This record gives sequence, structure tokens and C-alpha cells, in this order.
Amino acid sequence: MKQHEFEARHAALWQQIDAALEKPAQGDNSERLAEYYLPLCQQLAIAKERMYDSALVDRLNNRVLGLYRELYRYRADTRLNFYAFFWRDFPLAIYRHRFFILAALLVMVLPGLVTGAWTYFDDEAIYSVLDSSQVRHMERIYDPEAQTLGRERESDTDILMFGFYIKNNISVAFRCFAGGLLLGIGTLFVLFFNGMFMGGIAGHLTRLDYVDTFYPFVVGHGSFELTAIVFSGAAGLRLGYAILNPGQWRRLESLRRAGREVVPMLYGIVLMLIIAAFIEAFWSSSASLPIAVKYSVGAALWALVLLYAFSGRRHEPR
Amino acid sequence: MLDTRYRVEIPGGIHLEAQVVGPIARCFAFLVDLVIRGLIVIALMLASIPLGISGMGGGFALIFLFIIEWLYPVLFEVMARGQTPGKKLLGIAVVNDDLSPVTPGTSLVRNLLRTVDFLPFCYLAGLVTMLSNRRFQRLGDLAAGTLVVSTPGSAKAAPIDDVRPLAPPTTLLRNEQTAIVNFLQRGSQLSQPRQQELAAILEGITHEKGEDGVERLHRIGAWFLGMR
Repeated sequence: MKQHEFEARHAALWQQIDAALEKPAQGDNSERLAEYYLPLCQQLAIAKERMYDSALVDRLNNRVLGLYRELYRYRADTRLNFYAFFWRDFPLAIYRHRFFILAALLVMVLPGLVTGAWTYFDDEAIYSVLDSSQVRHMERIYDPEAQTLGRERESDTDILMFGFYIKNNISVAFRCFAGGLLLGIGTLFVLFFNGMFMGGIAGHLTRLDYVDTFYPFVVGHGSFELTAIVFSGAAGLRLGYAILNPGQWRRLESLRRAGREVVPMLYGIVLMLIIAAFIEAFWSSSASLPIAVKYSVGAALWALVLLYAFSGRRHEPR
Repeated sequence: MLDTRYRVEIPGGIHLEAQVVGPIARCFAFLVDLVIRGLIVIALMLASIPLGISGMGGGFALIFLFIIEWLYPVLFEVMARGQTPGKKLLGIAVVNDDLSPVTPGTSLVRNLLRTVDFLPFCYLAGLVTMLSNRRFQRLGDLAAGTLVVSTPGSAKAAPIDDVRPLAPPTTLLRNEQTAIVNFLQRGSQLSQPRQQELAAILEGITHEKGEDGVERLHRIGAWFLGMR
């Protein structure tokens, strides 16, 4: 068949397809598009095989590409996705990252403990970790003499702090993850220094005997926040490790596979940090609640997070 | 060889082709997006003042700031078929490396890793990486398995109805026929002298010189297209 005839024969179909691709958003016409798809693939194959003019092949190629994009475009079925994510994908991802989580945990906790012990026993040590204005700020926030925890709180301010925690904490987690691409070094830095600061502050405030203000404040949201930061570190280390030790894959392919595997971790981290920010802004900060309540709720939250974190193994296919 | 064509086999058993896009267009798209993001942030600041900058307004502003900073590209890439407004303007789109549209996961990974591409300043790491692989992928693209391709406009074929077909004087091979057809199709893109120059190569077939040679070749091309 000559090209002219070929074009004349299929012109009507091509017009329909072009029209359907022009306004793909209208309703769900994916069924119709699917009907076009195979015939069009065949026509492209024929046009190539018969060496029809390259402009025609290009046009057919672009039509197939357009259909392909429509058919394989992401369709959000949020409810179903979230259910599967929450009860399977995220716990499973945690389980599969367990060694990276352990590594991230150690890199954060060990410097924290060392710095904490140092600032606890040495009055001056805190000034090696933070500068003096930051130290004064911390001391003022957790001073037991103060009526409210830290800031003058009204419900309005709670929302401000909620926004602040969201922006600040999730940005830290994202940077911690991204640093993994630098062979994991960036991630190690973020984990190490965060551990050091937190340990240093905790040690110093314990030394000043601000125990009853500091620990009830952090225990609640710490469950979600610290765990999420460790998870983001694990995701980052996963990337770095994929480059350093690709196993049977080429390094680029190994990195690409790791990039797909960490995705549930990233979603989970965002979710956990939003919860953490919520707790921190609206629960941790309230000064009127008895300390015992805060500790019990904190313990319950920690139990919840840990229980969830350790629940992934049963989802691993055998 | 410098070739921006990217081929991939898709379900349907055929190879699809797309053109990968280099740093220049992507840089312009980024700048357009940067301006849009800037405008959104300014609008946001103004809108949050009545709600109280140190209270509710400030809280919402910070959340939106976070979304604009980190999730602006992700939201657009997922909702708008791989195109942020800047990319749409430049006619480029992000796709997975099997040419299917980006999914939220891949888009999130490539955009979070933007931080590393930015290092040490002004996307230097991203630029160097982009220029050192065939598919112009920056670091985030490599890890996510995505690439940026141009979205083809619907190029219409130039009508060639006014050419009287002419049977070729001799048998020609398939690829020779294709070359002559392409010569006809692209006639409008070539200058007359250049066309004559090309037609002169086939003087042995057309037995004509200059404009007549071009015309005769066009007519043979029309014949190969199947016009009678």
C-alpha cells in the first residue's frame, strides 16, 4: 500500500484520536483511548516497516506517545492508596530499611549521649555546642519560673508554631534525606549534628534541673519527630549505600532502584512530622496539664510509634 | 554522537521516541517557575497580614511557604502531566524513563534531591551531571529514574496536492524512495538553490537541470507517496 492510500484510509481515526487528545481531561475517556491504542501502535509499526516518510512516522509516534501518556497517567485513588500505604507499604519499607535505621539511630544517638554527658558534667561545655544567645534562649524557654512553656501562648500562636514546626522540621528531614546522594556523607552530618545539639541541650537543662519543664515538653512529639528524623536518615543512607555498594547492578541502576524503594519512607516521614508538629504545637506546649498526664501520653505515643515501626516484618513476602 | 533522541520499547510492542531536553530550556523553565513562586509568596504575605502575622496568618503563611519551597514542582508535575507552568511554557515535560508520566513517588524523589543538584551553588552539580550523561539527567533525575523530554506540538503535514505524480524512470530501493519522498515533504523548508543543489545529485534519474530537476523529483516523490 502506498503512503497516500495508507494516510487516506486512517485519516478519520487519526482525527478522532487528535480530538480526544486535545481535551483529555473531559471525563473518563480512557476506555475509548484504549481502543485506539493498539491499532495506532500497529499503524506506527507498519509505517516504520514500509519506510513511509519520516514526517508521517513522527506524527504517528507522537500520537502513540500522547495516548500512552494518557493511558498510563497516574490516577489518584487516594483512599485505597492510603489504606495500603498505612497498613502495608510503610511498615514494610521500615522493615526493609532496618539496618539503615539502626545505623542512622546510632549516628544520631551516640554523639547525643556523649555530648549530653559532657554538658551535664561540665558547666562550660554547652557553649562549645551552641552560642551563648542560643543557650540563653533555651534557658528562658524551659525556665520553671515561667508561667507558660516558652512563649506567651494563645491559640493563635499555636497555629503559628504549627506552621513553623512543619516548615522547619520537614525541611530538616528532606535535607537529611537529600544529603544521602553525597555518598551518604550529607545525611551523616545532619544526623550527627542534630544528635549533638539535642544531647547537648538535654544534658545542660538536666544539669540546671529544668527536668520538669523540658522532658514533659519533648516526650510527646519526640516520639514522632525523632523517629521520623531517623527514618529520613535511613532513607538518605539507603541512597548513599546504593552508590557505594551496588551489588549486582550498575551504580546508576542501583541508585535508581534505591530511589524507588525509599518513596514510602518519604511519605511516611512527611506524615509523621505533620503529626509531630501538631502534637508539639497544640499538646506539648500547654502548661496547664499535670506532668504525669504528659508523661503517660508521651509513653503511649512512643509505644504506638515503636509498635508500628516493628510491625512491618509480617508483610515481607516469603 | 550527539543525539537527543531517546527510544524506549513500550507495551504494544513498538519503540517510541522522544527528544530529551538539555540545560538551557530547563533553566528557562526554572526561572519562569521561580518568578511564579516569587509572586505567589508575595501574594501570600499580603493575604496573611489581615489574619495576624504573628498568629494564625503567620502559621498558614509558613505552611504555604513550605509547600511552595518543596512541593510546588511535585504538585504540578503530578497534577499537570509532568509540567510545571514554566515547563509548559517551554514545551517540556518530566516523564519516567519508560516515557510514562511521572508518578508522585518519582516526582517527589527528583524534587527533594534538587537540594543536592543545587550544590555548591546555582545548580552547578546538577549542570555537570546533566552534561555528563546522554539523557541530560541531573542527580535527582538519576535517582528517581526520570528525564525531561520535549512535548511535541501537533505538526501538520504540508499539503502537496498540487504536484502531478510521475512514474520513476527506473526501479529504486526502499530507502531511496523514502529519501525522495522526504525531499518532497521538506520542500518548503529548503531554499530553492539548496533544493536545486540536491536535485542535481540525481540528474542521472531526472535528466533535468535546475528548477525542472527539482520539479521532476517532487513529482516522482508524489508518485511514491501513492498519488495517481
